[in-house]
Amino acid sequence: MTSLLAAVRPHSWNFPLFVHVLGAMILVGGLLTGASILAFARGDVRYLRLGYWTLLFVAFPAYIVMRIGAMWIYSKEGWDDLPAGVDDPTWLVIGFIVADAGALLVLVALILGGIGVRRLRDGRGAGLLKAAMVIAWLVLAAALVAVWAMAGKPN
Amino acid sequence: MSFDDWILALHVLSAFAYVAGMVVFWVLIVAVRKTDTPDGTIRMGPIVKVGTIGTGIGAAGTIVFGIWLAFSVGGYDIWDGWIIAAIVLWAVAGGIGGRTGKEYTKGMDKARELEGAGQTGPNAELLAVNRTQTGLLLHAAASAALLLILIDMIWKPGA
Repeated sequence: MTSLLAAVRPHSWNFPLFVHVLGAMILVGGLLTGASILAFARGDVRYLRLGYWTLLFVAFPAYIVMRIGAMWIYSKEGWDDLPAGVDDPTWLVIGFIVADAGALLVLVALILGGIGVRRLRDGRGAGLLKAAMVIAWLVLAAALVAVWAMAGKPN
Repeated sequence: MSFDDWILALHVLSAFAYVAGMVVFWVLIVAVRKTDTPDGTIRMGPIVKVGTIGTGIGAAGTIVFGIWLAFSVGGYDIWDGWIIAAIVLWAVAGGIGGRTGKEYTKGMDKARELEGAGQTGPNAELLAVNRTQTGLLLHAAASAALLLILIDMIWKPGA
């Protein structure tokens, strides 16, 4: 399966795949960094802000790049043109579930964290940033499951 | 999933860990450029460990599982040009990464030295060490090497 997939991939699929994978890698990195900084901030306002800005300016843009690449390669590979009654394979379904649910959760984390960062000026908001951190860890864990599914392609 | 599919999944997960570790260091590099206090510098220690673990697991996993795949998967050989290129780039990225780590450890050492001497306020010398241009260039070079590996892995030139 592994060799077959590698052997038959047309060159025109490479760039969309590159965009998708690079975006996903930076997304995972952004989530790991943001969540780690928030986890180790221990109430330090500077680190709470840094963790939030990492989620906003690294993870979120990377998600958009990952998703654009995903839809591009999805179209290139012809998954959007399957005959009626033929479902997407499991690995693709896992990818979509994680991407869609992940987008929603990342948005919730960014909104909660954004409110938290604003409240830091008044000495509050750390709790909201902690909630954003928990969500970021959850999305990170789900993203790793998606990476496993995309790479291993379970039936 | 076949055994090779599992190994491929672990290879790709390792690559993600490697890049994630590099992203951790990028964010820290940007943050440390504005850090002029010993406490602010030392507080980055636990996050540095996250990056170190990510790049460590990533570097080990990519090479071990990658070489396994080169021998195990039909149609590929360890002496294929694109595989040799990936191994060379992996070694280059690792070598440069090690030098980058040493460059940024100087700031951490300086911060500990200042803290030990009871100096807790802003320090221009510490800021200068934290803003190492050499470290920045080395990390950019290591990141470029990883980017080239990704390009090599996807395009597989000559395969």
